[in-house]
Order: sequence, then structure tokens, then C-alpha cells
Amino acid sequence: MNPVPSKSEVVLQVRHLSKSFGNVHVLKDITFDVYKGEIFVIMGPSGSGKTVLLKHLIGLDKPDKGEVLVHDKPVQNPEVMEKYRLAMVFQSGALLNSLTVGENVGLYLTEHRLKTPKEIEKIISEKLEIVGLSNVQNRLPADLSGGMKKRVAIARALVIEPEFILYDEPTSELDPMIAVTIGEEIVRLRDRVGATSIVVTHDRDLAFGIADRIAVLFNGNLLFIGTPDELKQNTNPDIQKFITAEFRFNKKNAA
Amino acid sequence: MFQSIGELIVLFWTTLRAFPALWRNRAKVLDQIFEIGNASLLMACILSLFIGGVLALQTGPVLVERGLGQYVGGMVGISMCKELAPVMMAILIAGRIGSAMAAEIGSMQVYQEIDALRTMNINPVHYLVLPRLVAISLVLPVLIIFSIVVGWLGGALVASFNHQISIGFQSYFANLRNLVHVRSVVGGLLKGLIFAMIIGTVSCHQGLHTLGGPRGIGRSVTKAVVNSIVLILILDYILTRLLMFAD
Ligand SMILES: Nc1ncnc2c1ncn2[C@@H]1O[C@H](COP(=O)(O)OP(=O)(O)OP(=O)(O)O)[C@@H](O)[C@H]1O
Ligand SMILES: [Mg+2]
Repeated sequence: MNPVPSKSEVVLQVRHLSKSFGNVHVLKDITFDVYKGEIFVIMGPSGSGKTVLLKHLIGLDKPDKGEVLVHDKPVQNPEVMEKYRLAMVFQSGALLNSLTVGENVGLYLTEHRLKTPKEIEKIISEKLEIVGLSNVQNRLPADLSGGMKKRVAIARALVIEPEFILYDEPTSELDPMIAVTIGEEIVRLRDRVGATSIVVTHDRDLAFGIADRIAVLFNGNLLFIGTPDELKQNTNPDIQKFITAEFRFNKKNAA
Repeated sequence: MFQSIGELIVLFWTTLRAFPALWRNRAKVLDQIFEIGNASLLMACILSLFIGGVLALQTGPVLVERGLGQYVGGMVGISMCKELAPVMMAILIAGRIGSAMAAEIGSMQVYQEIDALRTMNINPVHYLVLPRLVAISLVLPVLIIFSIVVGWLGGALVASFNHQISIGFQSYFANLRNLVHVRSVVGGLLKGLIFAMIIGTVSCHQGLHTLGGPRGIGRSVTKAVVNSIVLILILDYILTRLLMFAD
């Protein structure tokens, strides 16, 4: 991927972010910057705090210590949400179960009255097409498979035409072909509108395929942050284990 | 407990301040009104018929024995509109609608739908609480009017057909008209309006504060109903006392 120019503008800053639930320290003094238009991938084992971190980045959770700044303003500031469009694709999709798929995808536009119903209709089918879905507008989220829900959630985020788009495991329930399409769409979105993407994933193919930079989160600590090539050369044993884990058991013995 | 009361007041106040957003949410208000009415109208009528009936049955023979039989109409009339219709309808709605509101909003909380709304810069109070609170506040007084009328009718039926009472429709309603003032009905509706706001606020608050997965939803529902009913009964006394000053 194209390396990020070194003088790129910093659009999102995380400063000494700490968060505990009860006496579980989920995030421990996390600090990093995200540059305009880059694809920033956060990897890490299950339970390492990736989802919690994302929720802080979009202002859904309040940090115990530290802060998240979007264009130098705290993300909790209501102005930030008004001015810079942020969108998040939730790990579970988080579609509104009482609305149809079409209504879910168009929700942002209808609620904020940004377009006429006709235009919204068109945008909905356009975005659904991007994620490889058609003729699902009138179905309810409960009738969709996990992967379809995820794709609808991505379509719903695309509708916002966001400046920042946060994905929580965008490919975790998708088959490899659609995973590739979604990966390409993340890159295309960046190229088309200059959206800054922050992608949480365990999918190594996706991470190495689209990332400009990768951060590795381990037990709430940021172990590494750098380009994919730097990550491959990193010698930290925890990181090596994580990025090279493979099925190594002997089939004959298993049988 | 004091913390939840504080939170309730804050939620109520935030909802009131969201009122300018009401017009654009009118479709949701209509949906809610339809849903609430649909779920409760028939039950309200059946309940009220029997409440009016039992009132006449309990008081009728006692009054007749003392030669005060002609007062059955006024007795049922006043009890229905001042007390029983507002309180019973509020309890019915707390059980039928408050529980549904807490469950629906609670499941949206648990399944991160409310987080999703926030990330779309949609205020959950505008989107979820305001339409529900307005709808319930409009529907409950209407239900109370139904309840009062049906309750009167139930009382009249028992009063005329029960052989221990045997007060005809005409004298029943004549007495009722004599003793029941418009003020009493308005007072009952006012109570209902306040109860409706209690139910709406308590239920939405419980829903929004649902914690800990599907089991949390059940907990929220129970709390919404129980807390609503407790608050209704306590406030009923206070409101009755206050309305007496206005009389
Ligand atoms: N609301 C909460 N209350 C208490 N603990 C929480 C809460 N949210 C997250 N945690 C804890 O924080 C830790 C990190 O959770 P998180 O969901 O961020 O993991 P993750 O890295 O996203 O894992 P996965 O890859 O499985 O999604 C877990 O131990 C989890 O139990
Ligand atoms: Mg997660």
C-alpha cells in the first residue's frame, strides 16, 4: 500500500487513554496518532480491549484517564459529531431490529432530513449493491444471516459518507470473497473521499492487505505501531506468535 | 434510590427540552399511539365495566338498607372519575405498555442499537423517549374517559338488574349528573396525565439503563412496572390532597 507521507495531518489523537471496568484494567495508557486518509489497523487477541478502544475513539465510552481528540477537539464535544462525520460498524452489526434493512441503511439520511425520500431510496440500493446485497430492503434484520447483517451495517456506515469510519471486525463473519470485496471497499472509500479508516481485525490477510499502519494491542497495552513490513520484521515473541499462528498439528496423529 | 430519582428527573427534563423535535417525530408518536391504544382499549373497557359493576354491588345494598338507594349513581360516578378510572388505567398501562417500553428500549441498549444511534448522531431521547412519552400522555387520559363512561354503565347495569338494589337507569344517571361535576372529571384526567408521564419516564429510564445482557432486560421490565405502580399510588394520595384544595 502507499506509505503515508510523513508530513500528513494528524486528525485523531489518543492521549494516555486508560479504562477499567471494576478492577479489570482494559486499556492501559494508550497513546497514538492517526493521520488523515490512512487506513489504521488495530490487531490483537480476543479480549485485548479492541472493541473498548474503538468505543472510546467514537465517544461512546468515557475514559477514566486521558483523552481522544478529533481535529484537536475532545470527541465528546457535541460539535465534533456535527462537524466531522464519524461512523462505526459494530462487531455485531447493531442494526435496529424494529426497522427493515432499507430503513436501517437510510436512517441517517431520513432522521437528519438530508435528502428526499426518492434520493434516499436510490442511495440505499446503491450502498447495498456495494456490499453485494440486493433485494433485501424490505426484509427485517432478524431474517438475515450474520454476514449479511454485517454487510448491511457497513452499507449503513457508508451512507453517512463519513470522514472517519471505524470498523469492528468487518470481515469476521464473511466468506473470503466478500471479505476481499469489503477490504477493497475500505480502500476505495479512502481513495474516493479521503476517509480515514480505523479497522479492528484479527484477519491477518485483511490487515496486511489494506493497512497503511498497524497497531498491536495486547492485554490493554499498545505493543507495536508501524507499517505492515515493520510488523513482519518485529521480533517481539508475543507479536511473532500472533502474526504467524497456524495449524501445525499432524493430521495423522489427530485422526 | 435517590440517584434513580435524580436520573428520572434529569431524563424527564431532557425530554421536555426535546419538545421542539416533536413535529419531525410525529409519525413515531402516531405509531406509538396506535400501538398503545390497540393493546389496551379492549382490556380497559372490560376492566372498567367490572369495576363500575362491583362498586355498585358493594355500595348499593348498604345504601338501600339505609334508604339512600338513590345515591348509588353519584357514588359510582364520583368514585370512577376521581379515583378508580385514573388509578386502574394507570396500573393497567404500567403493566401493559410500561413493560413493553422497558423491554424494547432495554433490548436496544443490550444489543448496542442505542450506541449505533449515537454514532449516527441521532439522540436516543429524541428518537425513542420523546415519542413514547408524548404518546402515553395523550392516550392515558383518553383511556380514562372511556373507563369512566364504561364504569358508569357497569354500575348502572348492576344497580338496575341486581334485585337488592333495583335502581333504574333514569334515577341512577339523574343522581350521577347531580353529584358529578365537570371539575371532578378534569381532576381525574389531570391525575392520569401525571401518571402517564411517570410511567413513560420510569419505563424509558429503566430501558436505557439496562445492564448485563438479556437477563438485564427482564430485570428492567420488572423494575419499570413495580416502580411505576409504587410511584403512582404514592402520588395519587398527594394529588388527591392537592385537588381537594382546588375544589
Ligand atoms: N461494559 C463492560 N463491562 C465490563 N467489562 C467489559 C465491558 N466491556 C468490555 N469489557 C471487558 O474488557 C475486555 C476487552 O473487551 P473487548 O470487547 O474490547 O475485547 P476485544 O479485543 O474486542 O475482543 P474480541 O476480539 O473478542 O472482540 C474484556 O475482558 C471484557 O470482558
Ligand atoms: Mg471486539
